[in-house]
Amino acid sequence: MIEHVPAVPAEVERAPRPPAPAGSAPGADGLPPAARPGPNTDEAGPPTSARSRPDTLVATAVVLGGWWRVLRRLLVSAARSVGRRWSRSLQLRVAVTTVVVSGAVVLIIGLFLIDQITDGVLRAKRTAAIAQVDTAMASASGTLGGTDFADVQGIANAVTNLKSELAFNGTDAGLYRVVIQSDVPLESLADVFDADPVPPKLKALVEQGRPAMQYARIRAARTGPLVPGLVVGEPIQGRGGLFEIYYLFPLNVEQDTIALVQRTVLLSGLGLVLFVAMIAVLVTRQVVGPVRVAARTAARVAGGDLSQRIRVRGSDDIARLGQAFNEMAGSLQRQIQRLEQLSRLQRRFTSDVSHELRTPLTTIRMAAEVLHARRGNFPPQLARSAELLQAELDRFEVLLADLLEISRYDAGVARLEAEDIDLRSVVTRVVDAQRTLATRHGCEIITRLPDDRVSVEIDSRRIERILRNLLGNAVDHGSGHPVIVTVAADHAAAAVTVRDHGVGLRPGEAGFVFDRFWRGDPSRSRLTGGTGLGLAISLEDARLHGGWLEAWGQREGGAQFRLTLPLRVGQPLSSSPLPLEPADALRSSS
Amino acid sequence: MKPRVLVVDDDSALAEMLGIVLRADGFEPAFVPDGNRAVTAFRDTKPDIVLLDLMLPGLSGLDVCRAIRAESGVPIIMLTAKSDTVDVVLGLESGADDYVVKPFKPKELVARMRARLRHHDDIASESLTIGPPDSPVSIDVAGHQVRRDGNTIALTPLEFDLLVALARKPRQVFTREVLLEQVWGYRHAADTRLVNVHVQRLRSKVERDPEKPEIVLTVRGVGYKAGPP
Repeated sequence: MIEHVPAVPAEVERAPRPPAPAGSAPGADGLPPAARPGPNTDEAGPPTSARSRPDTLVATAVVLGGWWRVLRRLLVSAARSVGRRWSRSLQLRVAVTTVVVSGAVVLIIGLFLIDQITDGVLRAKRTAAIAQVDTAMASASGTLGGTDFADVQGIANAVTNLKSELAFNGTDAGLYRVVIQSDVPLESLADVFDADPVPPKLKALVEQGRPAMQYARIRAARTGPLVPGLVVGEPIQGRGGLFEIYYLFPLNVEQDTIALVQRTVLLSGLGLVLFVAMIAVLVTRQVVGPVRVAARTAARVAGGDLSQRIRVRGSDDIARLGQAFNEMAGSLQRQIQRLEQLSRLQRRFTSDVSHELRTPLTTIRMAAEVLHARRGNFPPQLARSAELLQAELDRFEVLLADLLEISRYDAGVARLEAEDIDLRSVVTRVVDAQRTLATRHGCEIITRLPDDRVSVEIDSRRIERILRNLLGNAVDHGSGHPVIVTVAADHAAAAVTVRDHGVGLRPGEAGFVFDRFWRGDPSRSRLTGGTGLGLAISLEDARLHGGWLEAWGQREGGAQFRLTLPLRVGQPLSSSPLPLEPADALRSSS
Repeated sequence: MKPRVLVVDDDSALAEMLGIVLRADGFEPAFVPDGNRAVTAFRDTKPDIVLLDLMLPGLSGLDVCRAIRAESGVPIIMLTAKSDTVDVVLGLESGADDYVVKPFKPKELVARMRARLRHHDDIASESLTIGPPDSPVSIDVAGHQVRRDGNTIALTPLEFDLLVALARKPRQVFTREVLLEQVWGYRHAADTRLVNVHVQRLRSKVERDPEKPEIVLTVRGVGYKAGPP
């Protein structure tokens, strides 16, 4: 029987190839190089022309290099924008992923289908071919079996007869051509035998007396083009030589069938992938659309518009998301309204307490004044009582005012009424007002003001209060040493420092001085009778301006407070025109 | 003759104490404890000055203030427990001339009252003209009259004082502090909101377009001055 050529690669044996393009490696299609038609016409062309234009090639390379840079930049920016879209768009990701996955599945299925169909078609062809060859061989061995290679004319006749007998026998396997060759080189018989090229491996097997078959490129007619085909080779032993009979079955029809199947599978696969991609885009749009609406609405709610809601339609999962979101926004709105209500009540309470406390205090105050004015007529103890009443009422009043002020900050109702003012005039005013008190304590206040106007947007009432507090403290703790007030400004900020040379602050105390009711040294008596809320209020006043109020202190080295204010309300502060630590600080203890 | 004072306050202890202090300082006080009766009492007593508590039962202090202002330019001083901007500005906008925050010292209150009563005595014969030439504002200081385009403009005594103070030195810029001292009689720095609110009230009466003032001009960052005569 016919055996397969074992050394032939599977694809050569099973899949007939499409016509090889010109210039492919010699022998790759199974043909000996000498048998190629016109080897020096087609193939010689391109190398010759390439070698003749080296300069043009260099120029072309340079131009191409420029283009490549431009192209690369375009590609990089395109890749970046795609990357951004990729990370931002769920829809894109889902669509692309779907296309990739379904494409891979369709590819695998398509390849499997094509493989199966090709295999089936070729197997049928092979079976039919073998059957035909068997039939043909019966008559061939009858005709050639007894021929002697010595009888040249007999061989010629027998071969010619056999050819005409076998040639173009249309049967189930379709048309085939017979090529008869012999291993005996007889010049006189060159015309009788055929010169058609036969795959060398197949020929080698047949020459050893073994029938074999192989897929190869053949000519369907003596002078036709090369087409894919199946070559079945059978040896017939004559006397003095071996006849090799090759049956060439062209596979054009099968090739066409397989090509059609490939096209169909490819097209339907592409269509399927597109269809799936479209479905993915539509489905994700249904999901992504409401999610985007929810995101936008959430952003608006976060931005403060608590009345924003999502329009909910239907009762699916997306609608439930919308409902849940709306419920959340609703409960948020209710909570905030409740807190606002509480805050309003708190403010109202502060205001009411203020009024309720202040009215009787006014009466007491006036009564005390009347008593105080007449104290000259009272016995000494009564007179002293009237004085104490008066003095303590002053303290009580200041404390009440401070408490109410800080409660206003706590309630968040403090408002800035800023106007453009020369900071120097504010400082001068406060210093002048405090000078009497300072002189009484034997303390000198020295001001260091810049020559130019320091134009700052401030609420002068609050800034005056801060400065009053700082100066009061400095005089209070200055131990009679001079207090130095410095003003400076740069392009973005203005600063005031108040420096005293008193007992100063212990390490770590600079962080506490702004705490409510904090006292540096509980045993030390206070000269100016502060409430303990002054610096806390000052800090809030500074913050309301977007400014800083900071303290520096050194044991026995005095203290310095620095107020830094932005020149324009709302501008952020980054630095202060004056240092917090004064230049005359005691180096040794810091 | 003793100046008459109408005290509108619901707190009887405070009213009584005010009575003691005011009588001692040479005033003749009358009292009304609620808002509803305040306007009637005002018509009956014809006071020279009104002390008005802002938180009243019945008609609120602000409403009483507006009602009195609608029929008279008599000085009104608010007694308020609230020094918050909103409360103060609301009171001033409803027509009060000045305010004292509880708890006040009697001397402070009396000083405020005297400042508001003072100007009636020392008026010399004087006539001033300010504003744009095509529509000037003429002020007859002695006759206490302001005319523009032939019409008499009704100003409260305080608004009149403010306008006269500015008109006497037309080219000079007045800071709010200086105006507080000259018009309100504050001897040291006080609330500049008083000036702002009353300038607005004055403008709404004398200016053709209060948004584009020609008579009382703002000098940004400094204060106010009278428009060119």
